[in-house]
Amino acid sequence: MKNTVLKVEDLHVSFKTQTGNVTAVRGVNFELKKGETLAIVGESGSGKSVTAKSIMQLLPKSTTEISKGDIVYDGKSLLGLSSKQITDIRGSEISMVFQDPMTSLNPTMKVGKQIMEGLQRHQKMTKQQARERALEMLKLVGIPKAEMRLDNYPHQFSGGMRQRVVIALALACNPKVLIADEPTTALDVTIQAQILDLMKDLQQKTETAIILITHDLGVVANMADRVAVMYGGKIVEQGTLDEIFYNPQHPYTLGLMQSMPKMNEDRSKPLMPIGGSPPNLATLGEGCAFAARCPHTMKVCHSFTPRDTVVGEDNHTAACWLQDPRVQKPKAEPQETAEVVGVT
Amino acid sequence: MKGYLLKRIGYMLITLFIIVTATFFLMQLLPGTPFTNPEKLSAQQLAVLNAKYGLDQPVAMQYLHYLGNLVQGDLGYSFQHEGRTVTSMISTRIGPSAFIGLQALVIGAILGLVLGIISALKHNSIFDYGSVALAVIGMSIPSFVFAALLQYYIGVKLEWLPVALWEGYSSTLLPSIALSVTVTATVARFIRSEMLEVLGQDYVITARAKGMRENQVIVKHVIRNALIPVVTMLGPLAVSIMTGTLVIEKIFSVPGLGEQFTLSILVLDYSVIMGITIFYSALFIFVVFVVDIIYGFLDPRINFKGEAA
Repeated sequence: MKNTVLKVEDLHVSFKTQTGNVTAVRGVNFELKKGETLAIVGESGSGKSVTAKSIMQLLPKSTTEISKGDIVYDGKSLLGLSSKQITDIRGSEISMVFQDPMTSLNPTMKVGKQIMEGLQRHQKMTKQQARERALEMLKLVGIPKAEMRLDNYPHQFSGGMRQRVVIALALACNPKVLIADEPTTALDVTIQAQILDLMKDLQQKTETAIILITHDLGVVANMADRVAVMYGGKIVEQGTLDEIFYNPQHPYTLGLMQSMPKMNEDRSKPLMPIGGSPPNLATLGEGCAFAARCPHTMKVCHSFTPRDTVVGEDNHTAACWLQDPRVQKPKAEPQETAEVVGVT
Repeated sequence: MKGYLLKRIGYMLITLFIIVTATFFLMQLLPGTPFTNPEKLSAQQLAVLNAKYGLDQPVAMQYLHYLGNLVQGDLGYSFQHEGRTVTSMISTRIGPSAFIGLQALVIGAILGLVLGIISALKHNSIFDYGSVALAVIGMSIPSFVFAALLQYYIGVKLEWLPVALWEGYSSTLLPSIALSVTVTATVARFIRSEMLEVLGQDYVITARAKGMRENQVIVKHVIRNALIPVVTMLGPLAVSIMTGTLVIEKIFSVPGLGEQFTLSILVLDYSVIMGITIFYSALFIFVVFVVDIIYGFLDPRINFKGEAA
């Protein structure tokens, strides 16, 4: 059994806005084991990035609050740490790759120096040692003429090359956890594949655990060991890659799978989108966040929040009343059920 | 780089030429001549004077003559002060103006940077609101109002500094402080908005995610990038403040260039008006040029070959 490096327990994160608090993350639980890749998928506004930034504590303190729950890294809680202690962990133990490589590097600092900064800070390296390590990292991420490229500025790199630099920067201190927040969204498709291959390759070499945040199920299928599906600030279904793709149990996951084009399917058949739009987190109360869009909605879904229920092998869980042993399963066809109960 | 410099110098000369030409002909449109004083001068005396200074020739000839001298670096003689060259009049007057201006610039830039940076870092706090309010007041109230207030309270009431005198270092302080108010306000507002913009950039989050301490993030990543546009603004501001401001020099009786400039316009001292205008313009054009060069060194995205980065 591989050991757990990061554990998120019942995480609640809320933003202070002028119209009151908005809870963007409403009880997220997951575990990340050494060397594994956990993909967090979900649509925009489902709380993926907020969860990631809470782990790094990169959210502005003045407007956000982790109101409940805990984040445990390597056996210690990160939430109780002082800001100095958390900066010691950032970049050296847990580091992050961001979405847009065009803006995530400082335009007026040489890329070599941007990589060296973290090394000098965390590993107390001398300038010379840090430079050598930065060079090694640039070679590792496959940047040609790395020696010369160290003294280039970010604008002298293409988007894909910049993302390689960002990855080099994130991995320079050998972190145990790498959080990649939509690392390929801003890149074109051929470059996406290269970057994903690079990340997989590096993961095998360094045994880094990766949290991959994405809304691209293709990327998930390519990269993940485990998948967590987020909706309305919660993880609604979680399990191994195979379980989620071949045995999805939550209606939202099912909807996601159906709305994805497949290679071997008849192309004249239209894709099945999920009807409705994502919930407004500011007005979300008790009950399942997906209830308003779910084709299987029951009365209970609107009034009580479903709990995680084991639905398959390898700790495959889903938070859905359909899976709850206390609920009598409807026998009719799903579409008809929706009509009988009446979606409000 | 070399080609760029040559091109820029060429443009600078063309700009200067246009300014010289426009000023020369506009000046001719002013009513009267430098020697219009029919009560004291007879027609014969006037003719002699006009002939001596070349005013009897057609305007076009005067213009060509002036250009010819200018190319040789000769700004001519004053029409009102017998035997004094314009160059010497500028060089004796520029000292006090430049000193007061430079001092005001240093005070204003330092205060403005400190105020602006702190209010950006404490965005939406009482300090921020306070300094924004101060900056608006500083920009909207003309400097002569501050000058009068300073004279009254510090000069007359407290008697700490001379009211209007040009003797020793202490007399430079009040004019400099009065001038620095606008500089402080301008710089504070500018750096504050630049800082806020940079603070919202992704690379600042990257720096934090690297585990850099907050003060390192601010100094190395935020302030460095926020300062670059401030340089462009400081250059022209420096010129306008160092070449003397008429009202402040008048209020504090500073024997500066601004005062000389107005004086010569009032008495139609053609050559001095031209000389000072050319001096101002040349300095301004040169500073803008220097700022552009410095910008290229500060911001690696700028290159001088005219290629897209």
